[in-house]
Amino acid sequence: MMIHSFHGGIHPPENKHFTNRIPFKYLSVPQKCYIPLQQHIGKPATPIVEVGQFVEEGQLIGQANGLISANVHATVPGKVVEIAEYHTPYSEHGLCVVIEAEGSFSTSGKVREKNDISTLDRDAILEKVKAAGIVGLGGAAFPTAVKLNPPANRTIDTLIINGSECEPYLTVDDMLMQTHPEEIIEGIHISMKILGVSKAYIGIEKNKALAIKALQTAVANTKSENISVVPLRTRYPQGAEKQLIYTITGREVPSGGLPMDVNVVVQNVGTIYAIREAVLFDKPLIERYITVTGKIVKKPGNYKVRFGTRVIDILEECGGLTENPAKIIMGGPMCGLALNHMDIPIVKGTSGILFLAKHEVEVDSFRPCIRCGRCVSVCPMNLMPCDLGNAVEKQRYDIAEKLHPFDCIMCGSCSYVCPSKRPLSHFIKVVQTVLSAKR
Amino acid sequence: MEIKDADKKRLLEDLVLSHAPHIRDKQSVPLVMWLVVLALLPATVFSCYIYGLYVALVIAVSIISALISESIMQYLLKKPITINDGSAVITGLLLAMNLPPHVPLWIPAIGSAFSIIIAKQLFGGLGYNIFNPALAGRAFLLASWPVEMTTLWHKFPGGYVITNNPLFDPSMPQQLVDSISGATPLGALKEGPKVLHELSLSTQPLYDFLFSKAMIKSLFLGNIGGCIGETSALLLLIGALLLLWKRIISWHIPISYIATVAIIMGIYYYFQGIPNLQYAVLFHILSGGLILGAFFMATDMVTSPVTKTGMIIFGIGCGILASVIRLWGGYPEGVSYSILLMNAVTPLIDKLTRPKVFGTR
Repeated sequence: MMIHSFHGGIHPPENKHFTNRIPFKYLSVPQKCYIPLQQHIGKPATPIVEVGQFVEEGQLIGQANGLISANVHATVPGKVVEIAEYHTPYSEHGLCVVIEAEGSFSTSGKVREKNDISTLDRDAILEKVKAAGIVGLGGAAFPTAVKLNPPANRTIDTLIINGSECEPYLTVDDMLMQTHPEEIIEGIHISMKILGVSKAYIGIEKNKALAIKALQTAVANTKSENISVVPLRTRYPQGAEKQLIYTITGREVPSGGLPMDVNVVVQNVGTIYAIREAVLFDKPLIERYITVTGKIVKKPGNYKVRFGTRVIDILEECGGLTENPAKIIMGGPMCGLALNHMDIPIVKGTSGILFLAKHEVEVDSFRPCIRCGRCVSVCPMNLMPCDLGNAVEKQRYDIAEKLHPFDCIMCGSCSYVCPSKRPLSHFIKVVQTVLSAKR
Repeated sequence: MEIKDADKKRLLEDLVLSHAPHIRDKQSVPLVMWLVVLALLPATVFSCYIYGLYVALVIAVSIISALISESIMQYLLKKPITINDGSAVITGLLLAMNLPPHVPLWIPAIGSAFSIIIAKQLFGGLGYNIFNPALAGRAFLLASWPVEMTTLWHKFPGGYVITNNPLFDPSMPQQLVDSISGATPLGALKEGPKVLHELSLSTQPLYDFLFSKAMIKSLFLGNIGGCIGETSALLLLIGALLLLWKRIISWHIPISYIATVAIIMGIYYYFQGIPNLQYAVLFHILSGGLILGAFFMATDMVTSPVTKTGMIIFGIGCGILASVIRLWGGYPEGVSYSILLMNAVTPLIDKLTRPKVFGTR
């Protein structure tokens, strides 16, 4: 097949060596879990438990509210001690159900029986995905059941599995593909059945040779001729949805459009794995794999974590740090969120926690644009980040509006390469915010 | 391991909050600028060697004047003083490289001050200037003191044309030797034919002499008259390779610029019936500061387009203008004016070459 090449992109230091050979480990369950009712794009779930109530592991505690929303489940068994606002990755005042762990685990560690899904129809399978509260685990956290159920006027012909994991440092998807390739293939078949598509591609950056090999073997072993593993050039942001679709199919998602506009659905490998768990074992999404990494982390690794576990609890399990962090990042270094304290819980969209030391963090103030054009040449969306940045600095949002600010995918490549250290992607975010408020 | 509350507090002491991305490329404005200075160094040092130490003084005065002007302007405009970012040093150095070797010292002093004060700081400082400051300074000097700017070339023993040149024909008329012995190769090309026409002599020997293998070799290696910076094409190219390798500059402007000059000159001399066409083309590429201009001045980031297509248009425009000036204009060389003129249309080029946004194609 033909591989298309998207414009621009960058090669930041990968720094995946800290964790890309470390097998998954379970983290012990914290005493208290702070489970946000919003862990997805869309409306927060409505709490359906009361303070003082005992809940079982995996019990529904938040009901999806409206069309674009997702169920939230108890990640540990125990007593609901509080339903209150806490700082979450999505909000400084995010409503959380706080559960104090108590009692026994009803599903974890038990022998599981596979559902026979050959008798189930598409809607019944989709219902299981919906019930499990699955959202996109690549980071965007869009409710998966919605994505798998496109409007009737759209035909989907291709499913793309995103295993590119182009963010530096992160290795969860890589490790998942290395260790669970056959489960992923099974998950892909289920998703294909739901979507009614006959062709699926798994896109993986070439720096994950073991993952590519594992999946190729799994495809051969399961005789899945309709699934192709596509090794991709290692280049950030290869895993950005629009760039991934273009690379594999040559189709360009129209400006302001969605993948389904070009008949494609993209799912992250972690999401695919969660879909399999939900459909075959009725397991709700209560935990995920995350990478805890950074030069200053004593025991970096890939860990299985329950949602609601706070960063501080994770740090304790990872042996602490060798020096004070200058940045604590939820997610990867290119798109992640800088935290200002460590009491923030892990949510469904969290792919990693990265600790950076002072000398790894640039704190230089920025200079004027020298029009070197590096941002223009790396922008995967073909924007003019320099001009957008200059317009924002002068508060000329009228100029900025004409430069397609809403096509920016916030990959941060422009800020990364800017020799004047201008926060270009942040400037574009400012345009988006100001213009959205005006509309 | 358990982290106590006191430890927790301590852990957060150095925390920085900022927008993604949290890692940045190593390249920075000062690094870019100082690398350009480094790239110019081989040619600069060679100039001091070939023209004498006075040249070092010219360069020093030019740079110091640039630094002083920059600090004073930034002080007066209440801006942070950024003379250590290397940009003023480049302006001073490049201006000096565009001067004849024996100019009086007040020329670089005034030129650099004009470059920094008028062409750079009054336009808003680094990043906001429309014209390349060094070239604007040179244009100002050339317009104001044409004699000092066009006659004080280095006289090699016996005149540059004679230097070690086996092709020199002692039977050349004395008037021709006089008119071109103190000039630059391009000056000789401009003036020589006029003298020969006046004497009703054939221009052929002059062309044979200028468009020769020996002349090309001299131009390439550097023992030839000209501005301080345009002596050795070889050393300039070594510096240019460093900048290309470090991705400070891209090939788009210099290559399209030089290729355009080569094509136009090739066509022109083909119809002139010049036998050594390849030498005629190489003569134009290697003389008159085209290498210096194409790799070090046309590529000035601030004053050239940001898109690759724009850069190619910019380079072609420079090439056409420089060729037209050399062949039909009043000046023997046209590199600096071609770049300055293209600087003026850079905003327009940027606007016209804005890339088609993904998803709108």
